[in-house]
Amino acid sequence: MIKGTRRFGALAIAAAMFAAACSSTGATPTAEPTDTPTPATPAAAMASVAASTAPVATPAPTTNCVTGTITTSGSTALQPLIQDAATAYAAECPGATITVNGGGSGTGLSQVLAGSVNIGESDVLANTKLATPDANSLVDHVVCRQGWIVVTNLDVTGVTNLTTQQNQDIWTGKDTNWNQVGGPDLPIVLIFRPASSGTRATFKKLVLNGMTEATGGTTLTLDTNGAVTTAITTTKGAVSVIGFSYYNDPTNKPLLNGLQLDGTDATIANVGSGTYKLAADGNLYTKGDATGLTAAFLQYMVGPEVQGTIIPKDSYGPISK
Amino acid sequence: MASLTSAYPTSKLRAKPGLLERLDLPRRVVFVAAASMIIVVAMLMIFIVWQGTQLFVKDGYSLGAIFDAKWDPLADTPEFGILPFILGTIVVTAGALLISTPLSVGVALFLSEVAPKWAKSIVQPALEIFVGIPSVVWGWLGITVLVPFLADTFNGPIVISLPIVGTIFSMPGFLTGFSWLAGSLVLSIMVLPTITSVSYDAFRAVPQELRTGSLALGTTRWQMIRHILIPSALSGVLTAVVLGMTRAAGEALAVQMVIGNSPTLPEAITQPMTTLTSQITLDMGNTVFGEPWQDALWTMSLVLLVISITSVVLVRVINKRRMGS
Repeated sequence: MIKGTRRFGALAIAAAMFAAACSSTGATPTAEPTDTPTPATPAAAMASVAASTAPVATPAPTTNCVTGTITTSGSTALQPLIQDAATAYAAECPGATITVNGGGSGTGLSQVLAGSVNIGESDVLANTKLATPDANSLVDHVVCRQGWIVVTNLDVTGVTNLTTQQNQDIWTGKDTNWNQVGGPDLPIVLIFRPASSGTRATFKKLVLNGMTEATGGTTLTLDTNGAVTTAITTTKGAVSVIGFSYYNDPTNKPLLNGLQLDGTDATIANVGSGTYKLAADGNLYTKGDATGLTAAFLQYMVGPEVQGTIIPKDSYGPISK
Repeated sequence: MASLTSAYPTSKLRAKPGLLERLDLPRRVVFVAAASMIIVVAMLMIFIVWQGTQLFVKDGYSLGAIFDAKWDPLADTPEFGILPFILGTIVVTAGALLISTPLSVGVALFLSEVAPKWAKSIVQPALEIFVGIPSVVWGWLGITVLVPFLADTFNGPIVISLPIVGTIFSMPGFLTGFSWLAGSLVLSIMVLPTITSVSYDAFRAVPQELRTGSLALGTTRWQMIRHILIPSALSGVLTAVVLGMTRAAGEALAVQMVIGNSPTLPEAITQPMTTLTSQITLDMGNTVFGEPWQDALWTMSLVLLVISITSVVLVRVINKRRMGS
């Protein structure tokens, strides 16, 4: 009985996966990039900065409405922002449908490269994941700044700040007890994100300077935001790194001990001024130059509505002016 | 009646019907259903074998480099030793079966031999509910209840000492509850209904005459179960365990949530470790199609496919021997 049910279940899942794969490759609708690709990534980043300053000149900033259907996928760290912006754009512009998927930075880059989505979101630059010719065929649109914060279990009392040096000692396994950094006598438990994740790559680059992280019995690797938060709250001596948007969620904040980095508060203001260093650009990639609804939506992302209202609400930072 | 036979000559009735005649609409429908299932399975296998061998064919890794303990995809020359994952899957599954098999066979024996009708009417629906609970719920219970419990209860080193001999066993305690044991415990609950229901069928398939004959010779019920029932149903019970094993080795989500995903070789049941499925789910979204890292994940899928095909073959062999004897 059960054996039968299980096999049919597996078949159903396989069938669903096939269907999903077909529909995602099939949906390359209105905004298929037609213009010649611009290979230079910095130029594209500058273009979006220019777009953000443009509304100052226009007297009444009105949203450029284009009808059609586009799909995005990629970084789960950026997903809340893209989702909120897509909802707001669709509310203003009837006839525009923007489907926002997660999947991870790697998925976003692969899918935009393959042409199965119109926009791929990534925490890290495309050239760190893709081969050079492939990376050059994508155009980068920087739409926000995002910050990450080092958080611990609430039992780690007396620790409110970690320097870069202390972080390096902790995450490489040199320091194994919180009393080595002014905390209680409690073993340090490192909770990593997967090695392939954008969060981990950014932390490794900006704070650990590329050092190799500790492995073994005092390290855990957890995937979802929910799992990380639960693990931090239930594991004595746990430390991890999470995105601002997740840390500032009112249900999570009381359960976590957020730390300063080199004496600087982890705030959006400090990310904006450049004094808080654990931050990176949120990159939206298109294959070649964006056209149609994709271009209009990217323009909307750097416009006053998203930069002024949605970005602060979701705990991201506006792009630097 | 007479007119009917004259309209359709008897000579034609004896003739073998043509291919098109035999393939009437209902037959065509079931034929297409069966064929599409085979096609999907075949395509799936071809795809996984193709993707799973890219690491050797395209990226130039040797088979020896794969069966190595070092997993470091971010190194300058990335290393994709998947031994920790393979061993992890094996030991977590073994642990789950060790816990679950006695329990499941006990429940199956209870249902088939001991339980009065009213007890059966409670236990059977309960088992069906077990099957219906999604794995993410088991994982969530594991991470919120089981993991903190293990960490709080057994946080010191676990040492067993005898008065004269001294320490015979010692093991580091749970620093965190994320561990081999947590993974095995969660899995053991998930495979329980599979093993129970298949062994129950095996016990029910034993002819009633064997039971009555045995009891008539003056055996107690326990002697009958031990000496008649279990030996007769043994191959069925083994099939149940192998099916449970397949289920356990393939489970990803619940295990990933409680096992800690530390890519090191398993040392003690109190330590975090990792499995094939949990590593695949952790990395698949963040790697790019065609890069060696993702090819390594496909190789791990291929290993899982080999495990599941092996167990299917094992079930066939066990059943064939049962039929033969």
